[in-house]
Amino acid sequence: MKKVNFRNLPSQLSLLLLAVTLTFSTTLFSQDAAAETGGADAVAGKALFNANCAACHKLDKKATGPALRGVVDKYDQAWLYSWIKDSQGMVKSGDATAVVLFAENNNSVMTSFPALSNGDIDNILAYTSTPPPSPPPPIEVAGGGNGTGDGVSNNIILAALALVFLLLVAMLFLVTGTLKKIASANGVDYPVKEKGLPIWKVFVQNQFLVMVCSIFLLLASAYFAYGYVMQVGVDQGYAPVQPIHFSHKIHAGDNKVDCNYCHSSARKSKTSGIPSLNVCMNCHKNIADYNGEEDAANGYDKAFYDGEIAKLYDAAGWDVDEQKYTGETKPVKWTRIHNLPDFAYFNHSQHVTVAGVDCQKCHGPVEEMEIVEQFAPLTMGWCINCHRETNVDLKGNEYYEKIHEELSKKYGVDKLTIAQMGGLECGKCHY
Amino acid sequence: MDWNVVNVTIKKLKLITSNNMASNKKYWKSVEELNENSSIVETLQQNEFVEPIPTDEFLGDKETLEASSTTRRDFLKYVGFTTAAASLAACEGPVIKSIPYVVAPDEIVPGVANYYASTIADGFDFANILVKTREGRPIKIERNDLSTNGGVNARVQASVLSLYDKNRLQAPLVDGAEVSWSDFDVAVAKKMTEMSGKDVVLLTQTFASPSTSKLIKEFTTKYPNVRHVVYDTVSSSEALDAFQSVNGMRALADYDFSKAEVIVSVGADFLGDWQGGGYDAGYAKSRVPKNGKMSRHIQFESNMSLSGANADKRVPVTPTQQLQIVKALTNDGSLSGLPDDVQGAVQNAKAQLKKAGSNGVVITGLPDVTAQKMVLECNEGSAVIDAAHPRMVRQGNTAEVLRAMNGVVSGTVKGMITVGVDPVYSFPNNKAFTEAYKNLEMSLAFSMKNDATAAASKMVAATPHYLESWGDAQLKKGTFSLIQPTIRPLFNTRQFQDCLLGWTGNNNKYYDYIKDTWTSVLGGSSWNKALEAGVFTSAAELEMEVIPTLEGQGEMESSSSHGAMSATNQGGFELTLYAKTGMGDGQQANNPWLQEMPDPITRTSWDNYITVSAADAAEMGLENSHVANGGLNGSYVNVKAGDVIVENVPVLIQPGQAKGSVGLALGYGKTAAIQEEMQTGVNAYALYNNFSTVQNVTLEKVGGKHEFACVQLHNTMMGRDIIRETSLEVFNTKDVQEWNPVLFVSKDHQEIPITSPDADLWESFDRSIGHHFNLSIDLNACTGCGACVIACHAENNVPVVGKEEVRKSRDMHWLRIDRYYSSVESFKGDSEKKENISGLGSSLSDFGAMENPSDNPQVAFQPVMCQHCNHAPCETVCPVAATSHGRQGQNHMAYNRCVGTRYCANNCPYKVRRFNWFLYNENDEFDYHMNNDLGRMVLNPDVVVRSRGVMEKCSMCIQKTQKTILDAKRDGRAVKDNEFQTACSMACDKGAMVFGDINDHGSQIYTEKKDNRMYHLLEAVGTKPNVFYQTKVRNSKEV
Repeated sequence: MKKVNFRNLPSQLSLLLLAVTLTFSTTLFSQDAAAETGGADAVAGKALFNANCAACHKLDKKATGPALRGVVDKYDQAWLYSWIKDSQGMVKSGDATAVVLFAENNNSVMTSFPALSNGDIDNILAYTSTPPPSPPPPIEVAGGGNGTGDGVSNNIILAALALVFLLLVAMLFLVTGTLKKIASANGVDYPVKEKGLPIWKVFVQNQFLVMVCSIFLLLASAYFAYGYVMQVGVDQGYAPVQPIHFSHKIHAGDNKVDCNYCHSSARKSKTSGIPSLNVCMNCHKNIADYNGEEDAANGYDKAFYDGEIAKLYDAAGWDVDEQKYTGETKPVKWTRIHNLPDFAYFNHSQHVTVAGVDCQKCHGPVEEMEIVEQFAPLTMGWCINCHRETNVDLKGNEYYEKIHEELSKKYGVDKLTIAQMGGLECGKCHY
Repeated sequence: MDWNVVNVTIKKLKLITSNNMASNKKYWKSVEELNENSSIVETLQQNEFVEPIPTDEFLGDKETLEASSTTRRDFLKYVGFTTAAASLAACEGPVIKSIPYVVAPDEIVPGVANYYASTIADGFDFANILVKTREGRPIKIERNDLSTNGGVNARVQASVLSLYDKNRLQAPLVDGAEVSWSDFDVAVAKKMTEMSGKDVVLLTQTFASPSTSKLIKEFTTKYPNVRHVVYDTVSSSEALDAFQSVNGMRALADYDFSKAEVIVSVGADFLGDWQGGGYDAGYAKSRVPKNGKMSRHIQFESNMSLSGANADKRVPVTPTQQLQIVKALTNDGSLSGLPDDVQGAVQNAKAQLKKAGSNGVVITGLPDVTAQKMVLECNEGSAVIDAAHPRMVRQGNTAEVLRAMNGVVSGTVKGMITVGVDPVYSFPNNKAFTEAYKNLEMSLAFSMKNDATAAASKMVAATPHYLESWGDAQLKKGTFSLIQPTIRPLFNTRQFQDCLLGWTGNNNKYYDYIKDTWTSVLGGSSWNKALEAGVFTSAAELEMEVIPTLEGQGEMESSSSHGAMSATNQGGFELTLYAKTGMGDGQQANNPWLQEMPDPITRTSWDNYITVSAADAAEMGLENSHVANGGLNGSYVNVKAGDVIVENVPVLIQPGQAKGSVGLALGYGKTAAIQEEMQTGVNAYALYNNFSTVQNVTLEKVGGKHEFACVQLHNTMMGRDIIRETSLEVFNTKDVQEWNPVLFVSKDHQEIPITSPDADLWESFDRSIGHHFNLSIDLNACTGCGACVIACHAENNVPVVGKEEVRKSRDMHWLRIDRYYSSVESFKGDSEKKENISGLGSSLSDFGAMENPSDNPQVAFQPVMCQHCNHAPCETVCPVAATSHGRQGQNHMAYNRCVGTRYCANNCPYKVRRFNWFLYNENDEFDYHMNNDLGRMVLNPDVVVRSRGVMEKCSMCIQKTQKTILDAKRDGRAVKDNEFQTACSMACDKGAMVFGDINDHGSQIYTEKKDNRMYHLLEAVGTKPNVFYQTKVRNSKEV
């Protein structure tokens, strides 16, 4: 593949140019469209649409409300103004179109937007009238070329360098060969080296060296053996493939969803809890497709993410077309990443609520993880270290008042570590 | 063996010995060797083994061996590789799946327990409870503090495990085949139409439920041929009859023993199951000396019961004598014929009752209407008895049950519907009844299990456990309770009431039906609030179903003796049938916790047995003996009453058993739908003739030895300082040093108290900061009921080990209740006797004698769990520091660190450490609840299940103290007093166990620690325990 890329470099360039031209032409086109709808601003309309309408409407798909692209063609503009400003009023007043529309959408009440001016509505309608982005197969290719441009160019440079290097070596051989030929032609003699003992024999004869080496070897192997044994049962870096590719990077990173929104029981329970699917559906009822950045090199493109969201719908029993639950659910069998042995008791709420420890302290930069992996070793030594080093935050907690005063007097310190509070006792975690 | 043959062999033997003389002895292994021409002997001499060892079977024949491509070297290679591969594979952790809810219920937060108020009303036990659920599974039963009805005993605590019984019925059956409920309804409807006009008996347990009562009435109105008969498996019919004739209502008087000054009980085990039980909490209140006063309790009884064990004075008398005593106490009946000391005791009791006036009370458990009536009349005006709010927990009518039973046998009753009862198992003449029952035109059993009755029924309706059902109950008049489900039905079951609703054409669910009934009860109050509280007090008069009696109609010949005790001693024994603390009426026989729970009196588990007095045993040659491993063995007897013989009943010699009387526990000997391990004991219901607990029997000794699983093999204290006891008089008048002394030791020729730091080997830790947990156990309030033992089981995932292991003293109970008998009349006498021993001769004979309990001993109970010593001997000997001390006073046990040396157990002076000799979970050898998925649902997820080879012991419920602390931290507040609890202190409704933080000087535990009665167990050892006891005080003053 890379070779092909290399060879087709000129054609890629031309494709790139084509892509640029196409992009410009589409913007031009949409500006034309804006001009067509009486000078309304589709860009401003998009912003308004996202702020007010997107919770229930999509352009091309039915959501809670109907798909809105081309809505101006279906209804009279004046009718639309009054509908958007007070839909229920229209239904009550018995407007025939309104009543039919209301019934068509399962009698779900549309929020009234009396604050929107006719101009705003025009802008929104302008946005809804933009034609769908034309299917861009050539752009796809060009975009692919663009997206992976860095990787390709690096490879090209490396390949070129290797080639140059090889050429140099070959040239060197050729030069020495020629020089030798010239020398023999001119009758120059070389001093011939005497052959001494082979180096391994010298090594074996030097017993001191042998001993030092074997000691070194033994120590080294002991070091590695110890290292191997100590990592048995430690699953740091464990990143299993999950039945649904849930990207914490997109949720916690790009969209800044708070950890506790989904893992709400971390605040009050010993387990942080894997969110039930109804929690996912709180948002994903309206988010059926992915519109963020793509990482096509790893296969994480829009189609991939949309497929994963479809898996969620399948599991939760959500019919996208009908916008309702079918009742046929398939509970998701997630693979557990953080596994503490049964004999160790750990309570999330103690750490999250009482101590105010950030989730990232133990779980690492989850908001950057496309696939979550075990960040901490979860060994007892790791727990203990933290308990030894961390000061307990006691401010504003009446429980700690008396005990803190007495203990800090006893130890003669201002701040107490968890260890000083008794956090290293066996029975605190093992029962 | 034929004797002629033996004679011949002996002759031959003589011949051989004389031939060879002493110098050349020939030893023979079998008589066959004496036959010189025997071919067998010849072959045996040639071959070491009788049969050739089948080497080919495991090696294969030579040919295949050679043909095989696997050489010895290859074989070794394979072994090497597989071992290496196996050990490498072990390094990989297993892949663990987590499956969250699709739609999470609002009330469930994984990892946080929910509590629901409910009520148990299984026909034998009635109590208001709290159900602790985790992730939607009930895992523990606790007391409902809002309720004043007691009764959350060991059986109620254990009932949560019966929910997860794998032997439960999973669907309704018609003719033994599983059917759907709709098919079942059709089958029943068809049968009911066929049966119209024929006599059908609806035989039910006591429901004490207003809604069920109303519903049954509607059912019998629709099907007038159905006759409702209430059957209490263990009957209180005589007491009900007596109460009905005095107060006009079929109920039982309620008693508040906390108001009693003098309690005289004649054969009533009111601390056990007498008239529904649950009286122990009130009793305990009056037993703790306050302002120099406590109640006096005099017990006349034949079996040694919990009540007798707790009494200040116990007089062993036979049931016939008891009847005479009741008459003498209440109606000035004659005392002649009674032994002199009994006469004296009765007169004393009478005088004390008189003195106590309205604070005195007489109760009796005799199955005799006259006696019950006398007692009720005598108690009129007493502050202790409450006839205005009687108990509704027993409704059975023996006369009606007998009529129904005889009707089935004689064929006049054509159909029977049973609900919550198992008559095929529990009716006395069960052979005749079983045959007749099988031939009934209609037999329909509502049952949780395919028990004896269900197995003999043509139709079986699978019912849910009470933790899966809706319901209501009126335990006492005016006190209403609700039953709510705490888990979805595990199986395809439907409760009796829902069935009745369907069959009477009512489309409502039973839930709506109850709500409807309760509108008058609630009188406008909130249903949800009542449901949350579980109990509701209302003056509403609900019309309960008046169960028609057929008194005076039809024949009565078989029940002619009903209602009057027929016991007259005719050379045999007077048998008193009783219900054991663990087993009750036997409906939870498949519950391993209850099977393994040692009986508080005999300390024997997994059995019932006939209790015999030492004198009678000696007369009949019955014995109890110990074998080398410590196990207790007993003789067998056949028990005969009339034509009924119960064979091979093991004998247990019971100190305190009245001479001429014997006792036998009901509820054992079940075989239907019960796992083999749990099929223990003999069925004593066979002897329960006329449903009278007193029977005349004869015993006949038979051969063989029974192996008991008894956990306490030494029954006396031998005057040692284990349980401190004093009399109320001494307690009130003497210095504390006299009755609860601190011991002194000599250091540098100075007497110093043993509690002083100078008398200590160890430096003490500073425990003044933070929490310091202590547990107080009041020996006056403890009745030995064992609810704490089961609560501990449930809370801490304590395994069940089975009869064989218990017999080897490998029981795993973290908390045991030791029971001691005095070797003379009293414990005081024991100490005096010990003090007076001098010289070798006297010490040998007297100490020997002190090992044997007296014929009528004093009894004392002492719950013992890990004492959480501040200077713990176990901690210093652990080579791997698996057991260590926490600054909150708990002695920690890190199971994952333990390597199983058992040094700690050997060094523990209290013997409270328990070793996992085997893997008790997921092991077919121990096929109890931890060996099936259903049973494991009861496990507490906050406590680890221990594996083989580690030591375990009471942790002072550290998971509970940690939780309390965390809750306080999360709320940002200090911990309140009484918030700290252990499973045992929570289970104890008598207040005998108080747990708390002694660094909180306002706490109850701090006051308890400062109490004069406080002492530490084996204080002289210097272990400084964090568990302490309150000296037992007995009100031993006569008159």
